[in-house]
Amino acid sequence: MSDETHSRLIKGATADWEVVVGLEVHAQVTSRAKLFSGASTAFGGEPNTHVSLVDAAMPGMLPVINRGCVAQAVRTGLGLKAKINLRSSFDRKNYFYPDLPQGYQISQYKSPIVGEGEIQVDLTPDHSIRVGIERLHLEQDAGKSLHDQSATMSFVDLNRSGVGLMEIVSKPDMRSADEAKAYVGKLRTIMRYIGSCDGDMEKGSLRADVNVSVRLPGAALGTRCEIKNVNSIRFIGQAIDAEARRQIAILEDGGAIVQETRLFDPSRWETRSMRSKEEAHDYRYFPDPDLLPLELDEEFVAALATQLPELPDAKKARFMADYGLNAYDSAILVADKETANYFEAAARFEGVARDAKAVANWIMGDISAFANAHGVGVAEAGLGAGALAALVDLISEGTISGKIAKDVLAMLLGPDKGADPRELVKVRGLNQVSDAGAIERAVDAVIAANAAKAEQAKAKPGMLGWFVGQVMKSTGGKANPQAVSDALKAKLGLL
Amino acid sequence: MSVDHTAVRRIAHLARIAVSEAEVPHLQGEINAILAFVAELDAVDVEGVEPMTSVIPMKLPMREDIVTDGEIEPLILANAPLSEDGFFLVPKVVE
Amino acid sequence: MTDLTALTLAEARDALKSRTLSSVELTEAHLSAIERAPGLNAFVAVTADHAMERARASDARLASGEAGPLEGLPIGVKDLYATRGVHTQACSHILDGFKPPYESTVTANLWRDGAVMLGKLNMDEFAMGSSNETSYYGPVASPWLPPNWSAERARAALGGDKRGLLTPGGSSGGSASAVAAKLCLAATASDTGGSIRQPAAFTGTVGIKPTYGRCSRYGMVAFASSLDQAGPIARTVRDAAIMLRSMAGADPKDSTCADSPVPDYEAAVGRSARGLTIGVPREYRMDGMSGEIEALWTRGAEWLRAAGARIVDVSLPHTRYALPAYYIVAPAEASSNLARYDGVRYGLREPGADITDLYENTRAKGFGAEVRRRLMIGTYVLSAGYYDAYYVRAQKIRTLIKRDFEAVFAAGVDAILTPATPSAAFGIGEKGSADPVEMYLNDVFTVTVNMAGLPGLAAPAGLSAEGLPLALQLIGRPFDEETLFTLGEAIEQSAGRMRLPDPWWA
Repeated sequence: MSDETHSRLIKGATADWEVVVGLEVHAQVTSRAKLFSGASTAFGGEPNTHVSLVDAAMPGMLPVINRGCVAQAVRTGLGLKAKINLRSSFDRKNYFYPDLPQGYQISQYKSPIVGEGEIQVDLTPDHSIRVGIERLHLEQDAGKSLHDQSATMSFVDLNRSGVGLMEIVSKPDMRSADEAKAYVGKLRTIMRYIGSCDGDMEKGSLRADVNVSVRLPGAALGTRCEIKNVNSIRFIGQAIDAEARRQIAILEDGGAIVQETRLFDPSRWETRSMRSKEEAHDYRYFPDPDLLPLELDEEFVAALATQLPELPDAKKARFMADYGLNAYDSAILVADKETANYFEAAARFEGVARDAKAVANWIMGDISAFANAHGVGVAEAGLGAGALAALVDLISEGTISGKIAKDVLAMLLGPDKGADPRELVKVRGLNQVSDAGAIERAVDAVIAANAAKAEQAKAKPGMLGWFVGQVMKSTGGKANPQAVSDALKAKLGLL
Repeated sequence: MSVDHTAVRRIAHLARIAVSEAEVPHLQGEINAILAFVAELDAVDVEGVEPMTSVIPMKLPMREDIVTDGEIEPLILANAPLSEDGFFLVPKVVE
Repeated sequence: MTDLTALTLAEARDALKSRTLSSVELTEAHLSAIERAPGLNAFVAVTADHAMERARASDARLASGEAGPLEGLPIGVKDLYATRGVHTQACSHILDGFKPPYESTVTANLWRDGAVMLGKLNMDEFAMGSSNETSYYGPVASPWLPPNWSAERARAALGGDKRGLLTPGGSSGGSASAVAAKLCLAATASDTGGSIRQPAAFTGTVGIKPTYGRCSRYGMVAFASSLDQAGPIARTVRDAAIMLRSMAGADPKDSTCADSPVPDYEAAVGRSARGLTIGVPREYRMDGMSGEIEALWTRGAEWLRAAGARIVDVSLPHTRYALPAYYIVAPAEASSNLARYDGVRYGLREPGADITDLYENTRAKGFGAEVRRRLMIGTYVLSAGYYDAYYVRAQKIRTLIKRDFEAVFAAGVDAILTPATPSAAFGIGEKGSADPVEMYLNDVFTVTVNMAGLPGLAAPAGLSAEGLPLALQLIGRPFDEETLFTLGEAIEQSAGRMRLPDPWWA
């Protein structure tokens, strides 16, 4: 057993346990219209407005499949390096619920549109795991019931009814909450790159059913429980930990795990059973007779493949090869496609290659901090790629120091949004002072004003820093710090 | 094959049709009569035969991804037995 | 004054075109006929004002030379079809008060071609039945008098529970009765296991169920999606051809509707049958088949031979399994299609303590006994543990049934001739109360056609010894309704036009 495996085990009271996790992620398909009707998928809206007669399951209504949703499923499958099934079919999943107007959900049970694939999940810059994908299929979303509007009645809104979902089923390859969280994060990133799902978990675009079981290392798979509808990555991690501990406690007590569906309660950090008075659903799946089998030709798939954007793994490898960035920095930059594009635009602005690491640092540091504080992406923070390129150029030319550059950045992100950095530096007189004469005058002035300290500096070389600070202050921060330091060393006799 | 009392109750519930205790035996008889009628299908050799998936050979037509429908809330609610503020109302559902 | 309702659809069309008759006169005549026939219970909703409005508009178009193929012709519409703003309940209590804000494609096609809607026609509830006795609105009486009944006796029964009067067949009983009683020139109907052909056979009218996918199912209350098909009932083969041409056609709103052009079916009526090969399947000769029906069948083959066709014996080995397989597949699909009738968004809602109660009470109260029975069977055969043994097996047998037909057609047969029903019309209240299967056996000759998705036409071919209509069925190749109209016409010419009963009910 490797060290990594060992470190993921959960310490129980009497043994160390391995947790086995599989995820079923429901991702809302990015499309204008619904999967089988022409109503809008737009979020929000007054109740029952984005609803067609088909979505409301009026008598005599029939489904017609949306080519855009089919394409999105294929593209996602390609992004998961999965097998595209040229022939797939639709099944009805039958059950009664007020937000399911047809009394059945159109899904794919027997023959999904996408088969096996895999995702590479980076846990650390130099350690990644492969998580297998079992399948991806298309299905309808249900409407929404509001239970808190009245004491006695539930309010049903069918706006979401019929919106296309991709259900992505992983193999039970994950062995910790962190692995599961990283998996969902990577899956989300891939779909955002492809543009097939916006991954907005707050809006409900992405949610997961988490399957958890535990076992002693090397033993057979334990009985699993399914935690339904977990709608944040953080909760996915918490739910896994809570459920694993619950199961371990039962098993160490000599009990057995009952296979069941559970819900995660984040306020209590525990899962609870969804057992209701009726027995488990019998969905009576059968092929939907209103829909013929879906048959795609190779050309359809090939055309989608050629139009696929560069995916995160490939982009990361290219950043490392072409820009000399390390794995850690590359991973951060490619986590969001807009950020990656922004980085490249700045690093190669107007065809000129500049210090890529410097560009990366600015993005990962100050610009990200600003963007996060304002709830926007790096590329929307307000600093154009050209401006970032100019800033980096100004530093490498020696025109401004790194410290001054931070001030300039703050101006460009704030009161001087949209300004040309070079103009700004010129107009505000922020040019770094590198003229030897000017520096010498400044150094002399500070030494003269602090003669006693200057004497002590000979014995205490650490005081150099204080003197550098004083000279920098006297020049309004504009002096070239390296030149100041060299001059001080010479004048204080510290060489 | 035939159904017993429990099966009749289970099927009725799956189908969401209320069946009184008094009705069960009669229903059971009728269902079993039909099941007896279809039992002769067991004799047919279906080895290697695919179940029918489409009666006529046709490709599933696809529609373009454009919004052509919806925004007809009054029509959607026009026949609703009970509605309020644009919602359909049902007795409270306990999860 | 000539009885305008005695005209066939084709004759009326020609009269309107030549302006010797107006649509208003024609429509008024039929509305009067309907008013005089309430006891038949063929109509569940009469749209008199709407009809007169449409008739006037048609007359204007006829005058200005903008007439469509069905301009100004008054027809009836089976209650299964969504008609905007008008009663559409599939004759079920569970759709109480439902008036759709949309139109079915088939009826939209008829209005596009200028037809005038007289009203909605009675039917078996949700199209489940073979005698129109399961309708929420009560049974329909056939305009044919039961053997040896006097008109007075029949009128008395009409006013009561109708027991003993003849059923018009089902599920399109209202359509067949109305056409046979000349309350409308033609009617739309639907066929899942024989619901056009069997009622046509029982009432001496012509009915055709076209190939699956020929007509759109959009806006038709669904019973069994892979079997349902729209079609007309009319008085003559020509009339049926004219109706089908308007009803049929591609529809992007129905994924199972074929995108192929509609031929001029009327042009096939009167074409020579010379050179066509007719198959007579031995498996349709069933044990206990009445001598009368057998004789009619033989006579039909002779007629076609005389018309120039070649008659050959063929075999459709899996024929006997079609009916039991149908009674698995159809209820299974229905159990899912009817799940939407739950009291939430339209129709009947019964009170319930919670949502489950609401569902169970609404559906128990809203659905009639036959529908409930079929939903239970359908639910059962799809349920865990039974799906493979029942539903999948039945669908495999369906493949075998279709293959039987394909083999016969591949061997050069153009159409297959069979009886349409095992008997003439029976009495209301006579069948099915003890054993549901007894009623199902009515469909034995027709159900194979739905299972294979083929077109089937029922044409009147003679009278039983008791004077009741009997019909023959022609089964065709996919999308070859033209051959059926050609052969149907040959039968109609040979048998002579069926003389429909004079009104005893007024």
